[in-house]
Amino acid sequence: MTQATDKATRTITVQALARVEGEGALTIRFRDGQVERVELRIYEPPRFYEAFLRGRAAAEVPDITARICGICPVAYQMSSVHALENIPGVVLPPELRALRRLLYCGEWIESHALHIYMLHAPDFLGFESAIAMAQASPTYADIVRRGLRLKKAGNSLVNVIGGREVHPVNVRLGGFYRIPRANEMAGLVEELKWAREAALQTVRWCATLPFPDFEDDYEFVALRHSDEYPMNEGRLVSNRGLDIAPEEYPDHFIEYQVPHSNALQSRRRFPCGADDGAYFVGPLARWNLNADRAPALVREAAAATGIPFPNRNPYTSIVARSLEVLLAVEEALRLLHQYQPPPRPAVDYLARAGVGHAITEAPRGILYHRYETDAAGVIRNATIIPPTSQNQRQMERDLKRLAPTLGELSNEEAALKAERVIRNYDPCISCATHFLKLKVERR
Amino acid sequence: MAETHPKPRLGVFKFASCDGCQLSLLDCEDELLAVAGAVEIAYFLEATRRPLEGEFDLVLVEGSISSPEQLEQIKDVRRRSRFLVTIGACATAGGIQALRNWGHVQEYLQIVYAQPEYIQTLAASTPIAEHVPVDFELRGCPINKRQLVEVISAFLAGRRPNVPNHAVCVECKRAGVVCVMAAQGIPCLGPITHAGCGALCPSYDRGCYGCFGPSKGANVLALTHQLQSMGVKDKALEHLLHTFNAWAPEFRESGAKPAE
Repeated sequence: MTQATDKATRTITVQALARVEGEGALTIRFRDGQVERVELRIYEPPRFYEAFLRGRAAAEVPDITARICGICPVAYQMSSVHALENIPGVVLPPELRALRRLLYCGEWIESHALHIYMLHAPDFLGFESAIAMAQASPTYADIVRRGLRLKKAGNSLVNVIGGREVHPVNVRLGGFYRIPRANEMAGLVEELKWAREAALQTVRWCATLPFPDFEDDYEFVALRHSDEYPMNEGRLVSNRGLDIAPEEYPDHFIEYQVPHSNALQSRRRFPCGADDGAYFVGPLARWNLNADRAPALVREAAAATGIPFPNRNPYTSIVARSLEVLLAVEEALRLLHQYQPPPRPAVDYLARAGVGHAITEAPRGILYHRYETDAAGVIRNATIIPPTSQNQRQMERDLKRLAPTLGELSNEEAALKAERVIRNYDPCISCATHFLKLKVERR
Repeated sequence: MAETHPKPRLGVFKFASCDGCQLSLLDCEDELLAVAGAVEIAYFLEATRRPLEGEFDLVLVEGSISSPEQLEQIKDVRRRSRFLVTIGACATAGGIQALRNWGHVQEYLQIVYAQPEYIQTLAASTPIAEHVPVDFELRGCPINKRQLVEVISAFLAGRRPNVPNHAVCVECKRAGVVCVMAAQGIPCLGPITHAGCGALCPSYDRGCYGCFGPSKGANVLALTHQLQSMGVKDKALEHLLHTFNAWAPEFRESGAKPAE
């Protein structure tokens, strides 16, 4: 996995970074002990979604974009349908809107539980995987089982409302194909009540993990909604005064290509800090900007951790993620309690020529979609900017900041530290190109 | 190999894909720790940092071959594997990214990337079986996780997996789902699509869109005529057959015209 060349140009290569979704690599090059270059290299082959969406009917889009990511297909479906519905100005009745939020809660729970327990926690506890963790002691086995059961509770929601966990089939323009039956919905409540307790335990457990000191002055970017914790709607805000409507996104953010990556990167068009346009999206950004919109139970759980929020240490993202699991469970229980079957599964979608934008909060952060359709509703142009593309520049900056501390470490230890910096962001590389190799070169 | 490894070694490999099919293994929340008890999860990058080394008794391959590097890698994976099972539409039929096989990859590159010269990609996205021998193909976009557990159990027990290859229509009849095509006039690929989803789309009041690919002996032409008689236009028909399993031979040659 790692290799060293001569003294002045030592090179560490991790062929593939583990416990992330997709394939990527990473290079840190040292010359005479100084950090010369840091690259997050995404070699996951491109799949050209934006190209083959052209010419497709608007109605096909949510089924197609779901396939960008097996971990967060609901996010792709949500950004797609909201952007396309904005073209003719379709407004959903409150019951359908609530059902979409409930579906998103399911994806947040399963995706976050997967990342906390299976992908991220092993870093803090020194295991190669959650499976190794579960095999290490009965206590850890119980913790991993709790994580799996939580994940299953989230998946059950996606299953009932969407039809299946991966690439759900029930979402359509204007609403859903079929309304979940009352008995299917009622069946979810008992397990979610267990999940609320398990999520509280998860928050407490995450707060006890050892967080390396790694604070920085980040620009956190997330949606903000007038009265709820953001998922499908809101304005895009940051801790540095950004406050825009989703359709203004292209005026404030720019996508660009770097030679070392198959994923486009994104930065602020007009950088307003020392970080050169890099910005931070995902659970930590959302919680920092929206904690006041969380239900009391979740705010109290956050306060009880003793960890100060807003927080500028990316390692605490695991705590923010755990708070969002609790939030999503609590929201799901509220929405299920208030559930009234909508009168119709969907409202009419009347195709129109135009351009539609939407930003929704995928588990990993903001997901921007823009579509241009003709009068028959055929896609003329599509732009999709996933959260991992947006975090890429920030991940590279974190690596740059980390690199000087790696000089004295063995190749194996240096590689693990660098991987951990990346895993804080829960990157989804399949999304961004639609995994990661670490290469540290020392010259 | 059994003598040198007390537990069978399982490897999970990914090529061009969305990660959804390998995620199905982690989605077996009730079975995962039992599987991890019965086999040694020797390589599974999405779940463990353990480095790639040695040989495997059973390998699950997700994703299609779409870059020059992958062409070499799949040969290496095959050399290391006693049994190699491909999972999902990308690995068994090239996936949705096989839509490039009709188009011009250079044009696609230009749509997505400002500097296409940085990107290494093959002109076509192809299934694993086009490049190396495959012992079993599990269909679906995504696969059904219960079928995945069946495949793993079967290979561990040294028997063929019990995975039916009839059409989705049979699943509808078994589940008592009223035919959406006959009763509601909704275009449906159920008559020609491989079973495995449990009649999912029809049970959600929509037509099957073929994510498990062609069933054994699929009569694509007959269904094409039926859909045309229901008023489905050529373009819509082409899109219906040419999405998630477009490069599967039965769908590939389905009379739909290649993209211009």
